[in-house]
Parts: sequence; C-alpha cells; structure tokens
Amino acid sequence: MARSVNFNPDSHHLEAEMESPIDEAAVHDSFSHLIEEQVQGFPNALEMDQLELDDEARDDVGYLVNPVMRQEECHQQGDPHIEHWSSATLRILSSMPSRTIGRSRGAIISQYYNRTMQLRRRRQSRPSIRDFSHSSRPSIRGYGGVESDLGDLHEEETKRERLVNNLQNLSVSDRVRMLRAMPLSVSEKTELRHLALWHKERSFSRSNIPCCSQFKYYLIIAARQTWYSWLSLLSSLQLWQTALKTVSGRFGTGVLSYFVFLRTLLFFNIFLFSVTGLFLVLPQAVFPPVLSNTTGLSGLELLTGGGYFTESVMFYGYYTNVTLKKDCVSKESISSTLSEVGCHGGLSYNMPLAYFFTIGGTFFVTCIILVYTMSKLFGQSFRIDKSQSILAMKVFCSWDFKVIKKTSVKLQSENISTLLKELLAEISHKKGEAPIRQRLGRISMHLLAWSMCVGSILACVFAVYYFSEYMYEEFRAKYSKSSDSPSLLALPVVVSSINLLLPGFFNIVASMEKYDSPSVRTYVSISRNLMLKVSVLGILCYHWLGRIAANPQSLVCWETFVGQELYRFLVMDFIFTVLDTFFGEFLWRLFSQKLLKRRRKPVFDIARNVLEMIYGQTLAWMGLLFTPLLPAVQIIKLICLFYMKKTSLMMNCQVPRKPWRASQMTTIFITLLCFPSFLGAAVCVTCTMWSIKPSQSCGPFRGLQTMIQSGKLWVKQLESANSNLAWLTWVHTYLVENPVIFLFLTAMIFFIVIYFHTQVVDGQRKIITLLQHQIENEGKDKKFLITKLQAIHEQSRPLSSQRIRGTSEDSSYY
Amino acid sequence: MGNKQTIFTDEQLDAYQDCTFFTRKEILRLHGRYHELAPHLVPLDYTNDPDVKVPLPLIVNMPELKENPFRDQIVQAFSEDGLGNLSFNDFVDMFSVLSEMAPRELKAIYAFKVYDFNVDNFICKEDLEKTLNKLTKEDLTPEEVSLVCEKSIEEADLDGDNKLSFADFENMISRAPDFLSTFHIRI
Repeated sequence: MARSVNFNPDSHHLEAEMESPIDEAAVHDSFSHLIEEQVQGFPNALEMDQLELDDEARDDVGYLVNPVMRQEECHQQGDPHIEHWSSATLRILSSMPSRTIGRSRGAIISQYYNRTMQLRRRRQSRPSIRDFSHSSRPSIRGYGGVESDLGDLHEEETKRERLVNNLQNLSVSDRVRMLRAMPLSVSEKTELRHLALWHKERSFSRSNIPCCSQFKYYLIIAARQTWYSWLSLLSSLQLWQTALKTVSGRFGTGVLSYFVFLRTLLFFNIFLFSVTGLFLVLPQAVFPPVLSNTTGLSGLELLTGGGYFTESVMFYGYYTNVTLKKDCVSKESISSTLSEVGCHGGLSYNMPLAYFFTIGGTFFVTCIILVYTMSKLFGQSFRIDKSQSILAMKVFCSWDFKVIKKTSVKLQSENISTLLKELLAEISHKKGEAPIRQRLGRISMHLLAWSMCVGSILACVFAVYYFSEYMYEEFRAKYSKSSDSPSLLALPVVVSSINLLLPGFFNIVASMEKYDSPSVRTYVSISRNLMLKVSVLGILCYHWLGRIAANPQSLVCWETFVGQELYRFLVMDFIFTVLDTFFGEFLWRLFSQKLLKRRRKPVFDIARNVLEMIYGQTLAWMGLLFTPLLPAVQIIKLICLFYMKKTSLMMNCQVPRKPWRASQMTTIFITLLCFPSFLGAAVCVTCTMWSIKPSQSCGPFRGLQTMIQSGKLWVKQLESANSNLAWLTWVHTYLVENPVIFLFLTAMIFFIVIYFHTQVVDGQRKIITLLQHQIENEGKDKKFLITKLQAIHEQSRPLSSQRIRGTSEDSSYY
Repeated sequence: MGNKQTIFTDEQLDAYQDCTFFTRKEILRLHGRYHELAPHLVPLDYTNDPDVKVPLPLIVNMPELKENPFRDQIVQAFSEDGLGNLSFNDFVDMFSVLSEMAPRELKAIYAFKVYDFNVDNFICKEDLEKTLNKLTKEDLTPEEVSLVCEKSIEEADLDGDNKLSFADFENMISRAPDFLSTFHIRI
C-alpha cells in the first residue's frame, strides 16, 4: 500500500499544501514523508520503547480500539485481540490536543489560557508506567516530570511566568473571574494569585508613583475589602438555606424551583416595600394630615381593608397633596402658583411629586431587573441549533446531584430507567404515522377539550362582569355611608373560588386527551390557566378603572376604594390558598390513602402553584399605586406561604414521577412574570396615571386633571425658575404629550433592535452547521492520518505479529 | 464582622474568596464540615497550612454524597493524590465547582472526569455502560444498556472515533440547559 512519497523538504511548501485540502493526495503524502523522517531519525527510540509497549498496551491501548474494529477482528480471527499500536504512534496519539481537558474561550484572556493549556498538555503526555500517577486532575507541576530535562523546566517556568504576568495585568474582577474559572486545583490557583499580587505590589512600590495614584491604589484595596464583607453579609442573609436544602434533598430540582421562585418574589417585594416605605409612608407618617373622622378598630378590617384602615397610611386617600415642610407653619399646595410665603429654609418634601416619581421609579427599576433576569435565563436555556441528542443528554444530565435522601434517590433511579426505556422504545420502533381515523379522533378530542375550556372561561368572565356590577350597585345603594361591610367580600370570594376550581376542571378535561409528550401537556395546562387568570384580571381591571373610576359618584375617594378592593383580593387569595393546601393536599392524602387505598401520595403541582404566585404578584403590582403598603402585605403572605407549603410538601406529597425540566420552566415562569403579569400591571397603572381623573377631595393628586399633571407642573415650575431647562419642556411637550409619537418611536426602536438580533441569530445558526461539518471532516482526517502512521510504523518494524493488515486498510479502522 | 476567627489568616481567606465561589463565611462553614468528617485528623488551626488529608471512606460518608452513585468518582476527580484523599483545598474546590455559581465550562470539565471511569480522557462505551448501571442501579437489561450506549455515542460523537472526547461531551452538554441545575450539590 506504499504510495510514492513526494519528497518535499521545504517546510513552507508543506504548510501551504496542508492548508489547501483540495489537493489531498499531496497533503497526505508530504505528511507521511514527515513521519518517515521521524521514523528513520529515531530507530533507537523504537527499540527501547518496545519494552514499555506491553505495559502501555495493556494499560490503555484497549480503549483505543473501537467496537467496530474489534468486531472485525473477531470476525477475522475468531478471538478478540488488542491492536498493537507502536509506541511512537502512541506517543503521537497521546500528545494530541484532544487529550487535553478544559478548553476555554475568552476574547481578552484566550492568549494565556492557551498557555495554561500548553502547560497541561505537556504535563499530560504519556510518561512510562512507573511514573504514572492516578490523579486525574491537571496540574502545572505534573506527574513527576518524566520528560523534564533542564530545557523543558525552563520552558515551563517561562510559561508560568507569562501566565502570572498576564494575571497581574488584568483588572481585579477579571483576574478573580479568570482564577475562579480555571480548572486547576485551589492550591495552585492560590499560588498563582499570590505571585500575581506580589509582583503587582512590588511593581507598585518600586516605581515612583505620584501620591494620588498610590492613594487610589489603597482606595481600591479598601473598596475590595468592603465589597467582600458586604458579600459575606449578603450570604449570611441567605434566606431559608437549610429549608431549601431539605426540600431539594428530598424532592429534587423541580420542586425546588417553586421555592426559589417564591424567594425571588419575596426579594422583589422587599425592594418595593423599602422604596415606598422610605419615600412615601415615612414622610406621611411623620406629618399626619388632619383627619375628618376616625372609626374604631374592629376585626373586619383585616379582611376588607375598610373601616379603620381607610384613613391610614395604607391607602391612597391618606396622602396629602401639599409640600411637607419642616420648621414651617404654612403649607403651599402645588396647584397654586403663589410664591412661598414666609418660611424659607428647613426641609421641604413635595408629596405629590414624590408619590408620582416613587411609583414610576419602582416600576421602572422592576422592569429593568425583570428584563435582565429574563434575558440571562433565556441565554442559558434556549439553544439556537436544532440538533437532537436526546439519549446522551438524558444519560449525562438527568441525575439530580442535589437529591440526598435514600428513598428519593431510589425513586430517581427508577424514574431514569423508566425514562430511558421509554426513549429506547420510541427510538427503536419509530412510530409511523398513526392511521387517519386515529389522528382525526385525537384532533377532534383536542378541539372539544379546548372549546370546553374556552367556553368555561368565557362563562366565568361574564359571571364576574355581571356579579361585580351587581355587587357594586348594591354597595352604593345600601352601604354608601360606611366603607366597610361583609358584602364587599363577596366578589373576591367568587373570583378566588373560580381560580381554585377551574384549574381542577381543566385537569379533568386534559386527562381525556392524549398528548405526545408530558412537556406538551404541561405547556397546554399552563396556557389554559394563564388564559383564565388573564381574562379574570382583565375584566376586574375594566370594572375598577372603567366603571368605578370613570364615574365614582357617591364614593368619596375611588382610589382608596380600588386599593381596598385589591387588598381584599390579595387576602382572599391567601385564605383560599391555605384552604386549598389543607384540603387539596392534606385531606386528599388521607382520603386517598385510607379510603381509596392508594400507595402513592398526591404530587405537588408545580405549574399551578407558580401561576398562583404570579397572580398574587400581579395584584400586588397593580395595587401599588393605590395602596403603598400592599408589598408589606404581600411579604407577610409569601413568608407564611413558604412555611405552609413546605410543611405540607414534607407531610403530604411525593416525588414527582415525570421529569421536570427545571431551567426551561424557570425561564418560562420568569417570562410569564414579566410579560402578562408585570406588563399588564404597568399598563394599568400607566393608564390610570395618564388618563383617569383623580378624586377631588382626597389623595396627593386632588384637584388635578390627571396624575401626570403633577409632573408637568413641576417641569413648568423648574422652567420658570431656571430658563436653561426649557428644552425639558420642549421634549416633554413634543414627545410625552403626544403619546402616539412617543409610542411609535419606542415601538420602532424595539422592532429594529429585534430585527437585528434575529439576523444575528440566523447567521450564527448557519455558522454552527458549518462548524459541525468541519468537525466531521477533521475527524475523518484524523482517522486517515493515524492509520497511515500506523501502517508506516508497521512497515518499518521487522516482523509484525499475527495481524494481516495490508488488505483491510480502509476507513473502518479506528 | 464581629468575632475574630483563628482558623485562617485574612490573607488565606482572601485567597479562597478569589479562587473559589465561596465567601469567607462559607469557607469557615466548610472548614467546620471538613473538621466534622475526621475530628482527630483535621486541626482547627489552618494558619500554617497543615498537610492533612481525609481518606476517601470518610468523605463519601457525608450526607451530601452518601447516596450518590457517583460519589467515588466525584471525590477522585478532585483528589490531588489520585487515591481519593482530599485535603481541605481539594474539599473546597470540589464544592466550589459543584456550587450554583460555577460556570458551565468548569462544570463540564469536571463532569467529564467524573464519567470517565478509566481516566483515559475519553468516554468510551465501557465508561458509558458503567455510568448507566450506576444511574439505573442495574435495572436495565444488558442489551438495553448496550443499545443505549451505542445510540448515545452515535448521537454525541462528532469526530467519528466512536467515543466521546471532551469536545464532544462539552458540545452535548451545551445543548442541555438542565446540566447546570442538576450538576449541583448544596452544602
């Protein structure tokens, strides 16, 4: 099989040839020439290495053989024999880059990352068996330095020095990030860090830096220390760490994602509460307005939010519309244009403006945080290339390392084996197209189920619409004097019971249908629940903003009334959740175990519980404008919910049987939190501020046409005070006044950005397919080269063993 | 912070904070856990960097690792001496890589080592078979095991050498969004 060797000693020509793979024959021939040279150059090496060959061969050559070849051998020889690669081949094979673990990318730092790679590749090249260490960790120092002579050590030291040099030239955060991401042992990393910092400090102290730079340097060190102590503080606040660990240890990542989501919402609410508390509640509580009449405290307030709470910091109506001034008797209201009378100095706090900007600011910041979290999660969980490797992924990624309880671990292995069997069955007998009749039957079943669900949702929406109108009329007619009556609780009860019962109905309907995969079933159930909640909330918004706010007639303060309604809804939602947990999980478990004699406990329905939480959070966001203290209520509710759900889970539920793709689901939940939930609330609030007339006699915006007018008046005042800010009014008039242009501009910008991004994604998809083809071709090249190499070594060896190799020289080798 | 601890110097704690994903408090807590594993062996004063290793059988008895079928492999992947004995640095390293904040690439490197039973830098069919048997606790028949292994290698192998190199493994992992959440141990 020897080909005519093209003697081409010119290295440049060689490289050029290698770069043009079109002329494959020339490339391969010149490469084999290289190998020939090598073989002829080191005859001694070959002989010496023969002794080591057996050890090495026994050790790892077996794993160089692929099943196909082994089968071939079996076929030919009748007994499985290990292929004898010559040691020179082994040496070359073992110094292949693919033996190296831990590639990494990075624009800025790839250079010295490669250096670290080279270091490790050097260290991982095959020593003789006596020096072989069993540690599988890469190490700069290596396995006892079998190949280290002075020259190599020197090279290694310079590389390490270069690495340290690069490290010290990075910024602190970059260095920390690099150090953390390096796949080396901690002791080596600390050494590298020590060297890098030591060099840096030395260079600093040696050079004649002006004192201000040195001061800056010490400032940076001090800042870093404070940052670390702040991080320690934050981590010590890690809420519910042990509880989450218990839950994940027994139930796995899926159920854990619900509790982590709960904790995230809690942090959001704490942020909301601290901002509104600081800027709204505190100033108003320090300067209480004169109250018209106060009612006594009775138990009903906790449920209805009326009575005593009406004239309290909790609701919109309590807040004044004047500028609060300390050390000053007279007060100016913002709608008057009189200059200040009397007092100057002291602190002044413009309440309406504060109210407007606080609410606007919290919404803005929440929006940014949500969009950022959502995009980060999207980046992690959705991949743009469409290739499938289901089985391999299931084998490597389905074992949840967090599960530590013995029974749960056993259950998990059972789940995985069931899953694998199902996947195997699916792959082996590729289901052909089901017969037409069956498919039509399934489609009609789906249509029926969907029509039933949509019909029930519409029925509920109409029910809520008419019932809310009826209840409101009744309240106005009979109880317009007091703001408190138990009949106010009727609407929240009805809505909460709809939210409780209808998902159960959807589950029953879904059990009739046949789905392709459990994830499709989950998505369908989530979308139905979502439709229900969105429609109910939509109709309630219309009721509050379109009906009550539009003609408040006998209501003194419609904003307080709407705030109270939202408070009632939130409290009722919580009560119903408690009831549902008690009945749905605790009693159901007793019922199913004692009466129905089922061995399995009920399963924790993650999707439904998360949607409930998102619904509650939507209410909290919508109510922020009318009830600045609503986040506090939500905080209390979430804390109680956490402990209740956890206890119920431990007592009553079992580990879910179906796999739950936690990261995709978390992304979906955050998306749902951002899009229908937060966006809806923000739109409601914006509409309220923009177009609805506030009450005349209560609240910080009394007397104005719209709430947003307070901002406009302030801008006008600023302009009259300081004429440089005229551009602000110009911007305001042309952009904000004319909402159409404003919306149009924003929408245009968004669409352009989205379009560019989709183009980028398309381009990347194409590149991915190209790269995959390239990898395949490289693999073929590798196969070819190795077999050629081996063939040449075989030829140069005096006598080969029982192998008959010449004829079976094709690509099925290796 | 209030109490002055004498287990580590400040310099050591700073180094740990820079090189792992833990904060000072967590490092101290980890030291407590490490000490619990072998109270007679592990000193309470680490300021002079004692060379103490806790042997493998004691480490795999930790509640976080006890029921894990890959516990031996995990500990060996982080052991410097290759026999499964962990010094405190290795211990911290192990939980740092397995923590929530470790990036995907780093986890992929060590996950590859965990699943590479014969330490030849490739996941071949035998490695996969061992993995599967540990995962399913020998619930699948040998034919099913063999079939799953072949299909997995077929799916994931990009360069066609019938075993998974690190590049193949990493490529497959990058398509699995759940990897980050499953290859995670809370301590």
